[in-house]
Amino acid sequence: MDRVVELRPEFVEGLIVTLRLAAAGLFVGGAIGLAIGTALYVSRTRGIVPSRPVSVILNVLVNIMRPIPFVLILIVLQPVSRWFGISGISEGHAVVTIVFASAFGIARIVEQNLVAVDPGVLEAARAMGASRWRVVRTVLLPEACGSLILGFTYALVAIVDMTTLAGIIGVHSLGYVALTYGLRQFDWTVTAVAILIIIVIVQIGQFAGNAWARKVLRR
Amino acid sequence: MTLIELRGVSKTFPPTRKGGEPVHAVRDVDLSVEAGEIVGIVGYSGAGKSTLVRLVNALEPATSGQLFVDGTDLTTLGERQLQKVRLDIGMIFQQFNLLQSRTVWGNVAYPLEVAGVPKAEHQRRISDLLNFVGLADKAHAWPEELSGGQKQRVGIARALATSPKILLADEATSALDPETTVEVLRLLAKVNTELGITIVVITHEMDVVKTIADRVVVMEQGRIVEQGPVFEIFSAPREQATRRFVATLVDAVPDAVEIEGLRRTHGGRLLTLSFRDESVSQSAVFAEIIGRGVEFELVFGGIEDVRGRSFGHLTLELRGDAAAVDEAVRAVGALVETTEVA
Ligand SMILES: Nc1ncnc2c1ncn2[C@@H]1O[C@H](COP(=O)(O)OP(=O)(O)OP(=O)(O)O)[C@@H](O)[C@H]1O
Ligand SMILES: [Mg+2]
Repeated sequence: MDRVVELRPEFVEGLIVTLRLAAAGLFVGGAIGLAIGTALYVSRTRGIVPSRPVSVILNVLVNIMRPIPFVLILIVLQPVSRWFGISGISEGHAVVTIVFASAFGIARIVEQNLVAVDPGVLEAARAMGASRWRVVRTVLLPEACGSLILGFTYALVAIVDMTTLAGIIGVHSLGYVALTYGLRQFDWTVTAVAILIIIVIVQIGQFAGNAWARKVLRR
Repeated sequence: MTLIELRGVSKTFPPTRKGGEPVHAVRDVDLSVEAGEIVGIVGYSGAGKSTLVRLVNALEPATSGQLFVDGTDLTTLGERQLQKVRLDIGMIFQQFNLLQSRTVWGNVAYPLEVAGVPKAEHQRRISDLLNFVGLADKAHAWPEELSGGQKQRVGIARALATSPKILLADEATSALDPETTVEVLRLLAKVNTELGITIVVITHEMDVVKTIADRVVVMEQGRIVEQGPVFEIFSAPREQATRRFVATLVDAVPDAVEIEGLRRTHGGRLLTLSFRDESVSQSAVFAEIIGRGVEFELVFGGIEDVRGRSFGHLTLELRGDAAAVDEAVRAVGALVETTEVA
């Protein structure tokens, strides 16, 4: 336990980096995922703006990207980051990778939640003179809001998992702390504390997400 | 004035799967709807009723033909212009289709937002509408807190928000119980008489047509097979489909099974009288029978009232001296349409 106290600055930095990476994944990746997921939904055959080419391209892209394990994406994207002038073993690269991976993961979650929206309501809005884009903005997304919040909450667990793995390229997340000071030095207490902090982060996220969704869904 | 006019309108949906057949949902339909009337469109499931009304507010583009609403041919308009036209056409649905993410108030506000009505005017307009449909006290309720009838009232308030000229009702009462149906129909009648809004109601319930429609259009396999004033169609349906619909409302002429049942208990001569002309009173007809010393008994049928005009079919069993019965049948036949039950 003395070691944990000694490593306090490491834990604090780990926590901050983890939160920063998770926030990037959830918000930036989430926003991109929301856009891709919405595009997937509206371009469907009987969607709001049906488009076979858009639908096929997006589906192929998502299907290729999603199954790739995160660790591999982390490595495969290194040249891309470098091309943008970001070092392949920096927090910047971790952000790029997490945003990329979470965007594709969240895209499918978004699409699934949008499919569940009652098409009758969308039709009613169109009958009231709303443009397609307005239907998406003012009906589709608000109607799906509650389940989207639950979907994003679910994605949070996967994103925190990604921040841990980012530790292997030396990014100072809680995963790095556990890896470097815990596992490699056979200090199980350090590892356990890192895990505990991660569990707490996920729990808080889960609780907040559930509460918010309950408020939006009114049940 | 003709408000809606369809000329040779067809709608064909492409096959839903590869190698399938295209669906001819609406075929070569000619129809006009006059301003201020209530038209009922009836037909069995899949007849193309919903598709037909969705052509009227251009939710679906017609495959061919011309479609005029208030003098403008919708088939020549672009999406932006169609959005303007839709503000003039309200629509209500079987499943109400209220926005779950908004309260009653928010639902009625939606079309006002779409139409760009200034926020300052929302308050008054929405209160007026909710008062009109009798839901002023539910303004801040969520859709799931309402009964079916209340939801449809919100649907109606929402459809009326932009003061449309036309209201399209697609099976608007089909999810409601009979009592609530009557209430909603009464509200629709009020929309028609007080606001002068032209209404097109789609239904498979003849009761609905009978209660509020002026005119009825019968559809079968995408075509209009019969149309006319409700009384004319109800009292003298020509087409098979129409007859079946009318039969759901009035016990017309007994069918084979019913005749068999009647025969079992009634030995006399069976004659069906069809009343539809008010100039011939039932008492005059019965007087012809009684006057000849023939006894009769009412064994089947019924009389319906359509907005103060009655029609119907009564099957009588006539008993007595054969010659007198013959005489009576002939005399009655001169007054009303009769059918001998074999
Ligand atoms: N978007 C569509 N794509 C393909 N076929 C369609 C589509 N909409 C309707 N149809 C087909 O068109 C035909 C007419 O359908 P429509 O919904 O107009 O019938 P309806 O008279 O309203 O029936 P119901 O009483 O069941 O509502 C049906 O065969 C239906 O399957
Ligand atoms: Mg229908």
